[in-house]
Amino acid sequence: MSLILAARIARRELRGGLRGFVVFLACLALGVGAISGVGMVRASIQAGLTDQGATLLGGDAQVEFTYRFADEAERAYLDQISENLSEIVDFRSMAVAGDARVLVAVKAVDAAYPLLGSVQMDGADDLPTAFGGADGRPGAVIDGVLADQMGLKIGDIFKLGTQEFSLSARLISEPDSATGGFAIAPRVMVLRQDLANSGLLGQGTLFDSAYRLILPQGTDLAATKAALEGAFPDSGLRWQDSRRPAPSVSRFVDRMGDFLILVGLAGLAVGGVGVAAAVRSYLENKISTIATLRTLGATGALIFQTYFIQIALLAGVGVVLGLGLGVGVPILFSAQISAALPFPAEIGFAFGPVLESAFYGMTSAFLFALWPLARSEEVRAAALYRGGVTGGWPRPHYLIALASLAIILVGGAVMLSGNWELTLGMAGGVAGALVLLALAAKGLSWAVRRAARSSWLQGRVATRAALAAVGAPRAETMQVVLALGLGLTVLAAVGQIDYNLRSAIARDLPTRAPSYFFVDIQPDQIDGFREKLAANAGVSQVESAPMLRGILTEINGVDAKTASGNHWVTQGDRGVTYADAMPSGTTITQGAWWPDNYDGPPQVSFAEEEALEIGLKLGDTVTVNILGRDIVARVTSFRVVDFSNAGMGFVMTMNAGAVSGAPHTFIATVYSETEAEAGILRELATAYPNITAIGIKAAIARVAEALGAIAQATTLAAVATLATGFVVLIGAAASGEAARVYEAAILKVLGASRGRILASFALRAALTGAAAGVVALGAGALGAWAVMFFIMDVAYQFEPISALAVVLGGIGATLLAGLVFVLRPLSRRPAGVLRAQD
Amino acid sequence: MTKTVLTMEDVGLTLAGNAGSVEILKGISLKVAEGESLGLVGPSGSGKSSLLMLMGGLERATRGRIMALGEDLSALNEDGLAQFRRGRMGVVFQSFHLIPTMTALENVAIPMEISGAEDAFGRAAAELQAVGLGARMDHYPAQMSGGEQQRVALARAAAPRPAILLADEPTGNLDSVNGAAIMDLIFGLRDRFGATLIMVTHAPDLAARCDRTIRLVDGRIAETAP
Repeated sequence: MSLILAARIARRELRGGLRGFVVFLACLALGVGAISGVGMVRASIQAGLTDQGATLLGGDAQVEFTYRFADEAERAYLDQISENLSEIVDFRSMAVAGDARVLVAVKAVDAAYPLLGSVQMDGADDLPTAFGGADGRPGAVIDGVLADQMGLKIGDIFKLGTQEFSLSARLISEPDSATGGFAIAPRVMVLRQDLANSGLLGQGTLFDSAYRLILPQGTDLAATKAALEGAFPDSGLRWQDSRRPAPSVSRFVDRMGDFLILVGLAGLAVGGVGVAAAVRSYLENKISTIATLRTLGATGALIFQTYFIQIALLAGVGVVLGLGLGVGVPILFSAQISAALPFPAEIGFAFGPVLESAFYGMTSAFLFALWPLARSEEVRAAALYRGGVTGGWPRPHYLIALASLAIILVGGAVMLSGNWELTLGMAGGVAGALVLLALAAKGLSWAVRRAARSSWLQGRVATRAALAAVGAPRAETMQVVLALGLGLTVLAAVGQIDYNLRSAIARDLPTRAPSYFFVDIQPDQIDGFREKLAANAGVSQVESAPMLRGILTEINGVDAKTASGNHWVTQGDRGVTYADAMPSGTTITQGAWWPDNYDGPPQVSFAEEEALEIGLKLGDTVTVNILGRDIVARVTSFRVVDFSNAGMGFVMTMNAGAVSGAPHTFIATVYSETEAEAGILRELATAYPNITAIGIKAAIARVAEALGAIAQATTLAAVATLATGFVVLIGAAASGEAARVYEAAILKVLGASRGRILASFALRAALTGAAAGVVALGAGALGAWAVMFFIMDVAYQFEPISALAVVLGGIGATLLAGLVFVLRPLSRRPAGVLRAQD
Repeated sequence: MTKTVLTMEDVGLTLAGNAGSVEILKGISLKVAEGESLGLVGPSGSGKSSLLMLMGGLERATRGRIMALGEDLSALNEDGLAQFRRGRMGVVFQSFHLIPTMTALENVAIPMEISGAEDAFGRAAAELQAVGLGARMDHYPAQMSGGEQQRVALARAAAPRPAILLADEPTGNLDSVNGAAIMDLIFGLRDRFGATLIMVTHAPDLAARCDRTIRLVDGRIAETAP
């Protein structure tokens, strides 16, 4: 009965319209819109990856080998299980045209490629035509950007190794390009048989071979995979199939989506401040009604239910508006979004993100509205005479409900993101920032209240009025500092993290990093290679080591991924080197290096930090699969390896006898003056066309570019958070307008000019904004430090420019919002205002 | 023997504020008989409205005991007081205190809806007819004059047929013509239903219409007449 009556009263109360709820609705809609929008795009990408799984993979399944081709038995097996098969080889090399030498990612294919989809190119109708070449030279299809960079036009000639190719087409897109993950070099596509005389792909060269398979209709992919792995248990082959064609892309999209949704949740927290303020302000306006209802016999429960129903309905409206925004905007801009993404995406309606964001929206709306709602039942009938409810804590059962809602929200986020560390870190960060901001707002109010009473402000009416207004018990200070401050905190943290990452990569690294990595140096080339560099005066240091690639498959006989908790060392193949005597500069922290000319069972010296991370102890055994052969080595020492300077660092060094018989090449790092770099590259590339040089600066530029795109996405999400903060700000300014009209009228009566009143209003806005900005900066910097220190393991450095922008942004935003609502107070004549008050 | 509907024994009210506590009422003791009309008069700030609020359970005494219609109001919490008022006490305020989002009819029906009375809207319509607002039932407070709003408030207070009708300067915001009409209605209701009427007023002529008047000065009863 009580609930029905509450619903009836709520319906009547809502006849007043939604005027007081614009900020409430906007806050929820923006937060839910941002989260559902990100979720929609993520779901669309995942749907695209699934729907086009086979095409993206280049077949129903792919079997990949590191640094070797399938042997006869393996090839025969693959031929037998597939209806159609294509072999491709992927490796890095140098494209040379005249003086231009550029690192490229070569994709050498067979005539069957592509099994699915088609290669889009400009300059040739199809691949056979393109590979046909001209003037007796085979043809190649290359990335358009690379062609421009090398100054190549269709028909021009360039070399890979010692083989000349004719540029026959510019590559627009490959059907299977999304599966390769992050590309460090632009693509060159050739027919594999045309590389026969190139000097490339010699023994020990670093390359990946992949066999794409079209399987008979109805093939059980899981069973086929199991059978293959059973048939070739120690071959080091890697299976992928169309069920999950691009796991790295999928993982990246998932993680990025999770991260952006969490930033969106921070936006929802900002909106929550607005929600709480809107509900509080609405209920304050309803005190007379509530007190009247109490006079007429309404219980506290009836009052709570009445307003709870209203808030629940309005929250529903806000969430629906947000969902409309989150679903509508991506669909409206689907063409632009699809074009901007490097992955296939079919932007369309997805139910999951809608449910997820509705859950976040409703839970956070209740979480933030419950406190003021709970206070509504404390309004007594006497409020008709003695004003509204004063501050205080809600009853215990409401506090329990609040705690439960917070647990449901955070727990839901943990479940939905699947990343409890990131989610709890973010939730803790937001809660911590809110506490800091609340303390700052209290501190500011206290300080300015005291300052307003100080003797040195006597006669400075505008300043004193501004300080008194900021410090007044019912001022908007708390609301503004919380909402704007939290938005600015996210932005400050993003700015600081972005700067620190970029500087760690782009500024700190090159000062210690080599100019070039050279890979694929054949054993018979290494001495000549070293001699040439020794004769070059511009070269300050050369390091070289034999290099094999191996997969760490087992630790003490247990699957390595399981034993290590999926540590990065066990994911994919790693560089492995060997040495007889301990290389100079090596620091052993535990155990001992093997004796000179050691010829016993294999031993391995492991990088100390990584060994500890995966739980290795001296005496443990590791199984490393190199070229399809399992080598079981005992860990006999740990040593210091520094990966931060981009120098040469191997997680595993084995004794020479264990692996030196396997085909391998050498890797070298060359440190030189910048001016000498071009000459070194020219000399070595001419002498050893098969050697691949990787310029660190170019690589860093690519990484920085990728980081830039991530930072851009994060900044966009942070800006959405800030926009919500600004809406709250506008709401606070609007709700305080009537008070400012009255205040301005009184000040005018007392002789204040409009300029002085304006200055006073501007000063209070600037003070609040500055407080929000400064605290946000502190909280953001603290968050950034935590990310750099705990996650990135990089020293944190404060970045002043974006910091200054955050503080100035805070001041600017409050000034803007405040001054928009100052026009009416300034323009109203005092007589009219004061008469209306009477 | 006339039945007593309200007894106050040594009742005091002290309110705490930022500037310290203020003693509003000091040791009030009185009795009100069933069907009596009692006027509370006195200068501004003497505690008249506060005393009325205590009588209606809108405020809780800080000391003393209040018995109303056989209930010890001091023993009831906020919800208990609200439930006690249902159907037993009607209150008319100087500022009307109608709910702005409800029509005249809904405003009058709401106390009966809250108490779960049957035919709340039928009874509310009849009450509005009785105060001469049969044609304004669907109007909102903002669409009515002050006199009309006070008549709605009066209908709302009277509709549940309360045993005690409390009125706090019911004509204070009205002109003399409207004020006189409202007072006629109030006394007419009292006469028709036999309710006890307790009224705060500054107007001597209104006080004169009451069976008894109590004059308050500085939170104490200074005089009772007759």
